[in-house]
Amino acid sequence: MRILDPHIHMTSRTTDDYEALYAAGVRAVVEPAFWLGQPRTSVGSFLDYFDSLLGWERFRAAQFGIRHHATIALNPKEANDPRCREVLAEIPRYLLKDGVVAVGEVGYDSMTPEEDEVFAAQLQMAREAELPVLVHTPHRDKLAGTRRTLDVVRESGLPAGRVLVDHLNETNVALVRDAGAWAGFSIYPDTKMDEHRMVALLQEYGLERMIVNSAADWGRSDPLKTVRTARAMLEAGFTDDDVDRVLWRNPVEFYGQSGNLVLDPVPGFVAGEAPRPAEFEGSSVLRGARV
Amino acid sequence: MTSTWLDEARADVARDPETVTRAFALAGRKVGRDPLRPETDPAGVVHGTVDDAARAELVLALVDAVGAAEAAGRVGALYRQGDAAERRGVLRGLDALETRGVVEDTGALTETGVELAQDALRTNDPALVAAAVGPFGTRHLDQHTWRHAVLKLVFMGVSLEAVADLEARTDAELARMAADFAAERRAAGRPVPVDVDRLVPASSTVAHQQHGTSQE
Ligand SMILES: [Zn+2]
Repeated sequence: MRILDPHIHMTSRTTDDYEALYAAGVRAVVEPAFWLGQPRTSVGSFLDYFDSLLGWERFRAAQFGIRHHATIALNPKEANDPRCREVLAEIPRYLLKDGVVAVGEVGYDSMTPEEDEVFAAQLQMAREAELPVLVHTPHRDKLAGTRRTLDVVRESGLPAGRVLVDHLNETNVALVRDAGAWAGFSIYPDTKMDEHRMVALLQEYGLERMIVNSAADWGRSDPLKTVRTARAMLEAGFTDDDVDRVLWRNPVEFYGQSGNLVLDPVPGFVAGEAPRPAEFEGSSVLRGARV
Repeated sequence: MTSTWLDEARADVARDPETVTRAFALAGRKVGRDPLRPETDPAGVVHGTVDDAARAELVLALVDAVGAAEAAGRVGALYRQGDAAERRGVLRGLDALETRGVVEDTGALTETGVELAQDALRTNDPALVAAAVGPFGTRHLDQHTWRHAVLKLVFMGVSLEAVADLEARTDAELARMAADFAAERRAAGRPVPVDVDRLVPASSTVAHQQHGTSQE
């Protein structure tokens, strides 16, 4: 089983998680830039965060045999703070960098005018950089938020096939699919969405443009939810090829639109062996064939 | 195809120096990331990679376009706004300038270059540390910083082939530091990197050869 977790915040996770992910078949991850729990108060702390997503975290992941990519954006929650909005001027240069596979997470938190403006501006940046977009949908007022999200995407002129709308559930999945966008589902240990409801959605809507992630972060979450969903799919009668499609080929196709995914094995990595610093080079981390 | 991209990028920089930022970010995707000397340096840490060399060419084109004094600020920005690969490219570019004989003993570009090399030496990325001790670093880093850079490479297990003019600059103090490092490794029962022999005069290496940890 090979898995690409298309939404996981590895900076908040431990090396034990990396080892467990590798053992379970996760070979690549995408880490969206997001809120850190503690609000940021300056542009500088965004830049250090973006740099650590593209530098240190990629290096750390590769030590465990996992290819790490990032999406870059000003998140909707902090779009409301004028001290944070100044980071918008810095984002276009990050979108050019190796390993940046989308603009994200963008979208709505409280649906304020500031969020509208920042969302629309970043959709234009995605157009100019020819990158796909990862959109976060709000936890509160999700259905209205999803509707408004799809309206803003339509107005931006961005092709729907380049947009992944995430954190969906039974109530808003049809909206997103009808709009032609990719549907993302974050599988959590508690109420929001679980693997069995996910299997039911796959049975109802099919496998096309359906994407599953763990969205694991600094909150209560489980980085192995992708694997658990795969197992639940097999138990429900889906084939190995179906699992491969949802957990590998679909996210590869979506983020592959960036031309910036690296998926071949990390050179020199041997499973179960401690990383060997002398033979483990930052420079080798991004070498490889892109899709 | 790939050389065409680099030729065009250099011509663009000559016309409009601002274009160097974008070209720097894209270089790896355009020219590839293979090691320059795969037979002895499969990961491209010691001698660099194809994209390092392309970025070095872009630095040369930038300095040609705007002159050394103005290039200092731009080279600093490329480094500070760059990821690890772009930073290596800047350091390799400084080496290319040094080899070409256009770097003065003093001046803004030299000062910036030294700051950037010192920054790279503070990282834990072997490829960045290696790129900081090429011809530019060897000529312009002060002796204390340079000695610590060399010892750091030994510590990280990176071949000292990365260091330009190693023998000419090695002094008694570096030999002492290397011998102490070797003694510490032996005390811990850990292997001593063979490159220590290049820093320590033959008479003082006898001890670790007796321990059988040298691979000679
Ligand atoms: Zn998230």
